[in-house]
Amino acid sequence: MISAKRIYADFKVFSIGYLRNKFGLFFGLIFPVVLILIFGAIFSGGGSETINVYAQNQDTGGLGQNIGDSFLTALNTSTTIRVVTTNMSENFADFLATNSASDGIFIPSNFSSEYMMGNQVNITVYGNPASSTSGIVTGTVSGYANYFNLQRFNGTVVVGLTSATINTQQTNYIDFLIPGLIGFSILTSPMFSLVNISSEYKKVKLFKQLSLTPLTKMEWLASKVLFYILLSAAGFLLMVGVGIFAFGAHVTLSLWLIPFLILGPILFAALGMLVGTVTKNPETAGVIGNLVTFPMMFLAGTFFPISTMPIYLQTVARVLPLFYVTEGLNNVMVYNNISAALVDVAVLGVITLVIFVLAVKLFKWRED
Amino acid sequence: MASIEVGGLKKYYGNLKAVDGISFSVKKGEVFGLLGPNGAGKTTTIEIMEGLRERDSGDVKILGFDPWKNGYELHKKIGVIPQNFTFFEKTSPKEAINYYADLFDVKVNADIILREVLLEDMANHNFENLSGGQKQKTGLALALVNQPELLFLDEPTTGLDPNARRAIWEVIRRLKAKGKTIILTTHYLDEAQQLSDRVAIMDHGHIVASGTTQEIIHQHGSGERLEMQGKQQLAAYIKENTELQVEYNPLNNLITIPIKKRIDTLAALAAAEQSGLEWNNIQTRQDSLDDVFIKLIQKPLDDQEESKLEPQTNKKRGH
Repeated sequence: MISAKRIYADFKVFSIGYLRNKFGLFFGLIFPVVLILIFGAIFSGGGSETINVYAQNQDTGGLGQNIGDSFLTALNTSTTIRVVTTNMSENFADFLATNSASDGIFIPSNFSSEYMMGNQVNITVYGNPASSTSGIVTGTVSGYANYFNLQRFNGTVVVGLTSATINTQQTNYIDFLIPGLIGFSILTSPMFSLVNISSEYKKVKLFKQLSLTPLTKMEWLASKVLFYILLSAAGFLLMVGVGIFAFGAHVTLSLWLIPFLILGPILFAALGMLVGTVTKNPETAGVIGNLVTFPMMFLAGTFFPISTMPIYLQTVARVLPLFYVTEGLNNVMVYNNISAALVDVAVLGVITLVIFVLAVKLFKWRED
Repeated sequence: MASIEVGGLKKYYGNLKAVDGISFSVKKGEVFGLLGPNGAGKTTTIEIMEGLRERDSGDVKILGFDPWKNGYELHKKIGVIPQNFTFFEKTSPKEAINYYADLFDVKVNADIILREVLLEDMANHNFENLSGGQKQKTGLALALVNQPELLFLDEPTTGLDPNARRAIWEVIRRLKAKGKTIILTTHYLDEAQQLSDRVAIMDHGHIVASGTTQEIIHQHGSGERLEMQGKQQLAAYIKENTELQVEYNPLNNLITIPIKKRIDTLAALAAAEQSGLEWNNIQTRQDSLDDVFIKLIQKPLDDQEESKLEPQTNKKRGH
């Protein structure tokens, strides 16, 4: 019989011990916030960088010229934006949405022919009203349109602009960084702690001693999991607060975050315990723990969005359990894409179940 | 009814016979000392009795329970201090006692328990800041939380300074006075002699002697002997002029003469006086438990061999 009273007793003793350990407290709560402050300060300076803008040129040309191409080439000479052309077969609006782009430029198929005949033809500029880059992109495109008009038509408006809104939210580095570092703290705190505890307690025979009390190993694990869920929740609130107030991050807070904030700590507490259990001594456990943790720390979308990594690393990222935590958090907090987040929850749930069952099965409480 | 009944208990780790068919029983209210050199099998035996290890064969009944099958029920009735007791570093003795009280679902007054184990002045210090003796006392305090009728103390004073050892002894005497049954393992013979009603001496997985310390000395000791300081010529003179058996140790010029009858003492003294040779430091003495122990324990295992006693297999049973 699992007893809530015993779980609470163990939880209380563990929490008090944790809070008395300044080192653990620093790494559990303060360190991720410090990381947000550092990375946020480095990358959120903004303003002076060139903005990457997706463009689709559907222009079929006319009289051997492709004015659309010339226009985009001209845009690329500007210091403010850099054009990234997309495949003509893509549905441009969808493309922008899936890539969470905040800006886009669309040139229609009749662009050259109309231009040659002096008929007005419009370039569509996609933008997100919330984005600080939209104004810059519109301004730049409009400037080059005027230049084209002046050059050939003495300023008569032939190349015009229409604007369209993209339904994705604008994303800054800080927006990625917050879910990433929440994932980071969900990973590191329970993982490092449980690797250490489970190997150390085994070495000094503390588990053996606890097995002489009515506390069961499931209750012991439950209290650790409970503690790390609460610690992760506290870390979550702290990081979101700092992100919003210090850097004006745009994150959506929703109930869909809860499964990640619960499954994550369970998964990594169990994984830490598994590492501590299958290794012979605390030294080996530390090494194996680091081998498991470090790739996740850097490759699972914690410090950099996965999409910025080379394809082969993205494939690697997909086998790392933390990936599904950070991707899920991103899907909820940044993209507001709940159906994608549900897939992440499902994958995460399966991984958690497998690791948890393995850890409990292999975890020794008494000896033979 | 006996608190503990052990019959034909065996536990092998591969080729190593850690416990090789031992039998003993312990009465209620008795302090029973399990003696032996490192690696004799004491801890394996005690851990089997506590339900922490599974036996290979034999019968073990602790307070009527099979410790391996009914460990969970048994643990509510026993108190244990494992060897090298340790606890959560950042927890104080008082918090530890309250924690155990919650786990056992009993109401206790932590201060009373702390007083009982002479630890009240360190009640609120973190475990990591306690001395070795204070840590052991914390272990004793925790072993008492569930008001056990039976206590297992596995080397409770190993590594402690003499004062700390005596303080632990004091606590153990008080527990004995309260009628608790206590199983004590130790490799300090004075400790066993001071505290135990009966002892069993283990070596290489066997019990080589058991009973009260007096019984063991009587049974395995060489009896009374006369010792004197003198030269080899004196030893030879006594041997020639009496019917006594005379041993001589040239390293410390010690002449040893086993005494079978009182009159042997007089004969030896008369011969020594007659010889005109120098002799002094004359005394009669009996084998102490130390002497018997050394005699019984042929070849102590060294620490390295002891480490082989750690289990090789990992078959696991949990609650």
